[in-house]
Parts: sequence; C-alpha cells; structure tokens
Amino acid sequence: MFSYYLQLGLRSLRRNPVLTGLMVVAIGFGVAASMTTYSVFRATSRNPIPQKSDVLYNVQVDNFGPDNTEKGEPPAALSYLDATALQRAHKAKRQAITYPIGISIIPENPSHLPMQEGGYATGADFFPMFDVPFVQGGPWTADDDEKHASVAVISTSLNNKLFDGGQSVGKQVNVDGRLFRIVGVIEDWAPQPLFFDVPNTGGFDEGAALYVPFNRAVDLKMPNNGNNNCPKDPGEGWDTYLHSECIWLSLWTELPTAEDARAYREYLTGYAAEQQRSGRFNWAPNVRLRDVMDWLAVQKVVPPESTVSLIVSLGFLVICLVNTIGLLLAKFMRRAPEIGVRRALGASRKDIYAQFLIEAGTIGVAGGLLGLLLTGLGILGVGMVFPERIARLATIDPMLVLMTLVVAIVASVVAAFYPTWRASLVQPAWQLKSN
Amino acid sequence: MQIRPILAALRRHKAGTILIALQIALTLAIVCNALFIVHDRIDRVNRLTGMDERNVVTVQNRYVGSTTQFVPQIKTDVQAIRSMPGVESAYATNAFPLRRGGWSTSIQRTAEDRKGEGVSSALYFGDEQTLKTLGVRLIAGRNFTPAEVHSFEREEAPAPAQVIVTKAVADKLFPDGNALGKVVYYYKGKPSTIIGIVDKLTVPWIDADFMDNVTIMPLTFNSTYQFFVVRTKPGQQDAVFKSIANTLYGTSRMRVLPDKTGVRTFEMVRSKAYEADRGMAILMTIVSGVLLLITAAGIVGLSSFWVGQRRKQIGVRRALGAKRSDILSYFLTENFLIALGGVVLGVILAVGMSQWMFTHFEMKRLSLTYVAAGVAILLALGQLAVLAPAMKASRVSPVEATRSV
Repeated sequence: MFSYYLQLGLRSLRRNPVLTGLMVVAIGFGVAASMTTYSVFRATSRNPIPQKSDVLYNVQVDNFGPDNTEKGEPPAALSYLDATALQRAHKAKRQAITYPIGISIIPENPSHLPMQEGGYATGADFFPMFDVPFVQGGPWTADDDEKHASVAVISTSLNNKLFDGGQSVGKQVNVDGRLFRIVGVIEDWAPQPLFFDVPNTGGFDEGAALYVPFNRAVDLKMPNNGNNNCPKDPGEGWDTYLHSECIWLSLWTELPTAEDARAYREYLTGYAAEQQRSGRFNWAPNVRLRDVMDWLAVQKVVPPESTVSLIVSLGFLVICLVNTIGLLLAKFMRRAPEIGVRRALGASRKDIYAQFLIEAGTIGVAGGLLGLLLTGLGILGVGMVFPERIARLATIDPMLVLMTLVVAIVASVVAAFYPTWRASLVQPAWQLKSN
Repeated sequence: MQIRPILAALRRHKAGTILIALQIALTLAIVCNALFIVHDRIDRVNRLTGMDERNVVTVQNRYVGSTTQFVPQIKTDVQAIRSMPGVESAYATNAFPLRRGGWSTSIQRTAEDRKGEGVSSALYFGDEQTLKTLGVRLIAGRNFTPAEVHSFEREEAPAPAQVIVTKAVADKLFPDGNALGKVVYYYKGKPSTIIGIVDKLTVPWIDADFMDNVTIMPLTFNSTYQFFVVRTKPGQQDAVFKSIANTLYGTSRMRVLPDKTGVRTFEMVRSKAYEADRGMAILMTIVSGVLLLITAAGIVGLSSFWVGQRRKQIGVRRALGAKRSDILSYFLTENFLIALGGVVLGVILAVGMSQWMFTHFEMKRLSLTYVAAGVAILLALGQLAVLAPAMKASRVSPVEATRSV
C-alpha cells in the first residue's frame, strides 16, 4: 500500500507544480536557516571535554571584596597569592595553575624571521588532567615543576615548522632568547569552547603552540598575555606585582567524586575564612568551585548572536510550517471530490490519513533535500555572519545531514496533520451528490 | 460597505483565515525585531571615531629576544617610519579606536579615594605627533612638546604631568567648562594637568558605557608589544602599506608582525571591528526578505484556492449585476480584514518578543516606529499578494453561475 500511496503522492505533487514548489521552497528555507544557525549554536554550546566535564573544577576566590565585584560574583581569575597557596595545599587529585603567554620562537636558521605563537604557562598535571593527546614523549614531571626546569611541550604544528615534523623530544626551542628542552609533542589540541581559558579568549581560539612550567615562566617574568585586573595600583616591579591583589591566573582541579568536590569546597571556604581572620579580606568567604559546563554557562560563552539567530531561525521555520499547513489545506480540500469517491468505494479514514501523510512526507523529503543543499551553502556563508574564530567551528557532519532530513520530514508531516484530518472528514455521500 | 457579508463568509473558512492571520502575525513579530536589530547594528557600524580615518595605516608589532629595554628600538622604528616617503606623521602607542583592546582607568578630581566620584577613561599613549596622525581637532589648550614625552615601565601606573583629554572627559569632570589647566588624578598621589582638550575621540572598544572618554598621555610604553599609527600623504596609503614591513625589518629583524593583524589600513581595522555586527545585519536582512516573500507566496496560494473554490458564487454575483470592481474590492477587503487581525496579534507578539530579548540578551527595546513600519509593510504586502488572485476572480464570467448546477 505504501508504494501505491507514494505513487499517488508523487503524481499529485506533479499536478500542482507551483503550489508544490512553494511548499518545498518554504520547508527548504525554513529547515536550512534553522540548521545553519543550529550548527553554530551547537558548536558554541557543546561540551568541550564530555568524558571529564563533571570532575574538572575551576576555582574562584573573592579577593576584591563586595565594593569591587558585581552581584557578589568573585573575580573570574585568581591572584598569584591565592593560586599558589591553594596549589601548595595539594587538596585535589590533580591541579594546575595556568596563564597565557605571548611568545616568539626564534628559529635556529638566522635567515628565517621569528614566529609569534600562543602559549601557556602551566603545571605538569595540566596534560593528564585535560586528557591532552601526545604524539611524542610526554608531559614534564612534578619534579620539573619543583625544580623550575626549562622544559617545554610543543604542538604538532610547531614541530612541523621547526623540525619538519621529525623526532624533537630532547631538542631545544628558543623562546624569546631563552632555551627550553622539548619533552613532548602533542596533537594540535584546542577543545572548543576553550574551557580552561575562557576569561582571556571568550571561549574560542586556536590552540597554543607551546606549554612551559608555570614556576619557570614566573622566574623569567614572562608577562601575562591575557586580562589583568587590579583593584588598585599594584606598585612597581615584578615581585610587588606577584604579591598584589591583581588577578590573572586560573586554577583548575580534578576532583573524581562528589565527596572530593564537597571536601574541596569546604577547604576553599576555610582558606577564605583564614584570609579573613588574618585581616587580608575584610569580608566573609566568597568562593566558587564550578565544573566545566557550569563555568561555561556563568562565563556566557555562547555568544548572544548565536542564540538570537537560532531563535529567529526557529521562528522562521514555524512561519514556513504555518505557510505549509495553509497550502496543504488548500491542496487537499481541492481534492474533496476525489476523496469522496475513494471513501464511497470503501476506503477507510485510516487509508485517507495514510495517503495524505505519505504525500506530505514526499514534500518533506523534497524540502529536506533542498534544505540540505541550502544548509551547505549557509554553512559556507557562516563566515560572512559570524567572526572567523566561531564560524570555522560550524561544520556539516552526518549527524547534521540526518537532522536536516528528519526535521524537514517531521515538520512537513506535522504540518500535514490538520489538513489531513480535514480531508478525512469529507463525507462520501455529499461529495458524490454535488458532482 | 460590504464588511458584514465578508465577515460572514470568513466564518465559513475559519481554518484558512486563521492560518493567514497567524502567518502575518508571526512574520510581523520576526520582521519588526529583525529589522530593528539591523538598524541598531548599522548605527553601531557607522559610529564615528573622531579620527580622520582616511590615509591611516596601523602596525601591530612585537619585539622578540630577551631584552627588557625596548624604548631605544621604539624610537628608532618611529624615526624610520617618519622618514619613509609618503608618510606625513607617525607615533607608537598601546591602543587606538576600534582596536578592541587597551587600557582604562578612573580619573578623580582629588587624590583621596572617594567612591563614585571617578570618571572612566581609556588611555592612549603617544607623543607630539599623535593628534596630527589621528586627525583629531584640538579645541582648547595646546599639544605636547617633544620634551614632555617620557617612557614608563610595564608595572608602573601611567600618570604623566601633562595630559590631553576629550571634551567628554573635560565636561564630566568639570561641568562648568573650565577643565583646561586643572589638576586631576589618574592614580592616587600622582597629579596630572590637563593641557589640551580635543573635540572627539572614541575608546578602543566597540562596547563601553564611556565611548567618548579618552585621555592621551605623552608616554612611550617600555613593552614588547607596540602599535605604530601612521598618517600617509593623500594617495600614498597603498605604497606605505606595502613597504612599511620592510622598513621595520630593515631596522631590526628581531620582531614579529602577525600575518593578519600586522599591517592594516584603518579601513581593515574598522571592517574587522564590526565584523559580527555587519554579519548580524546581513543575516537579519536576508531572513526578513525571505520571510516576506514566503508570507506573500502563502497568501497568493491560499487566496487562489479560495477564488477557485468560489467561482460559482462569484459567477452568481456577477449574474446578479455585481461589477468587476465589486468582486475585486470584495477580495481586497477580505484580505485586508484578515491582515488587520493578523497585525493586531503580530504587534502583541513583536513587543513580547522584543521584551523577552531585552531581558535575556541585553538588547535594546523595539522602537514603535519599527512596529508601525512593519504593520504598514505587511498590510501593503497582503494587498499586493492578493491582487493577482482577486483580478482572476474579477474576470470570472457570469456564465459560471449556470455551470454544473
């Protein structure tokens, strides 16, 4: 029966090419607009580290006080004082202080120009904590951190530029005139959103080319290449700066169980209370421990453009559906005599339902195929609408292709329900009489 | 005229009426808001910086190597740029309008810390060629002299003895209009005298609640990061744009000029700064256009169907003496009534949607002009869309009345 109804459906589509074309175009545009904006929304709101997002926590301690913060939210970063004190306490399974450094790599060949790259100063735990994939060697050790060793982990891209992709563990890299020994090469790793450095990147950025130990970077006075926020003039000199209340560091911890997280939160509150007792804070403990998805939500990583355009596109799809309902109604009711004849010849209401829903489904398939084509064009054009660092994340994958088709078919079948119901109400006797 | 019979007829095909009205309402809600967003973004994109933006080239530079003394190299570089053919003036700085990154602080009228008294201001470091290069107009006081330009370190607080501020800053600090010559405090304990006031100059950011509050300081920042801003002679912009990197590599190769942001004309800076706004405007324009087309097509489709369904009745009316214009105006009026119902609902939806976006996305509230314009557009569109089916209806011959009865 299905193939017969399909044939009937296709035939009837051909009978009314303009009306059919209008419906297909409406569904196609509606689905394409929704899917294109959804692909951007999906990219900006996805979980960057799904396997561990609920055991990784960002640490916040309010060292600014209620006069310098908004709505009681502690600053988005930590001061050197707090970050290092918390790190020294070793209360988490893994933990790493991180800050972005702007670096230049000076090639060995003096005829080549220096290259500017992004980098991070961090701790040995950073790599296993975030499941960073290594292709050569491995992370530096906790011992290297302790010894303030001049070691580095580089990305595959940098390895390609400096060593033509060869074995580079044990070789040296010249960072602004200082030599670092390479201990590992990682894949070009840049989870999006870049959850561990949201305050400085807004959540979307290419990955870093080089990682060096935090302690070593501080020794070398490597300036922070990100936000620096001071409640008051820190005074002059690097050491004064380190002991100021300026915030510029992030501290991430891995706490495998809910019990660990609870204990750490308690410890954090205790730490802030101690700072209050010692007179450094003259306010009650105000701390936060947020897992990855919480942190991304609080930092408003999804750009408003992405959400607004998704909402507008969904509205667009709804209008296209209302339009399709109207057109299908017109199309089906025009065939009232035909329905009457079929009903009089013994077709049940169920048969009418099946026939017309299948016919609508074929419109959905056609609309879906057009929608797929337009979605492809839309994603190519995303770069015209969104900044490049976000646009490059919007991609077509099998999931999106499937969704486009399913949304188109489901949407057109849903749109067909009311017109079909009306068609099924056609009274056989009345239609026969009036013809 | 014939409104009552039309309403009675509409009651006979409720579903179609409701669908068209609903579609008009939804379209109005989306199109009003979308066009308002477009307008808002275009306004932002066209905002003036206070600069004379023509013939300006910017360079983003980072020195490499382990030196901590950058000032001599900065001076060499600025000198090299100034002596390039085609260059009118140039200076080194930390930021400029639309750069989207920079320094800001609060200015106070006293050395004490009094809460709520400060005026926020962006800080631009520069020298005696800054005003000329930016093309901003000095409306009171004087420019810096070369002797007043000093260097300062990364961890220091920038607070030179002389500053030039924008009129916006002067007016906010001294509403009586006597800011010139006054002492103000950028950082507690370090006084600065206002020696000049410029007409207008905007902050480096595109979103700030103190867009016109800028202070220019005669300082050279001893830092690895530098921006050079260059004014070229008219017609020389392209030549300078092409040769400036080589000039700089000529003084020292120990530097990085990034591929995308290293050397840019100010047109490029502006276009990059407003990328997201322009994108949003394009997207919303396309969405509005397609929506209006689809709505119009929907009205054409449904109206044609109605006309087809009612050929016999039309024939009867014609046979009973109705003129063609009567039939035409019947369908136009019918559509107008449906559209009217639609726009009433649409206005409520549009305002509701705007209110929702206002609370969730900090967008501006929809202006009523846009609602009014949207209503007019949709009513006109509805009439236009129904015109062809109505014309077809008016051509129905009275003979139809006799057919297949």
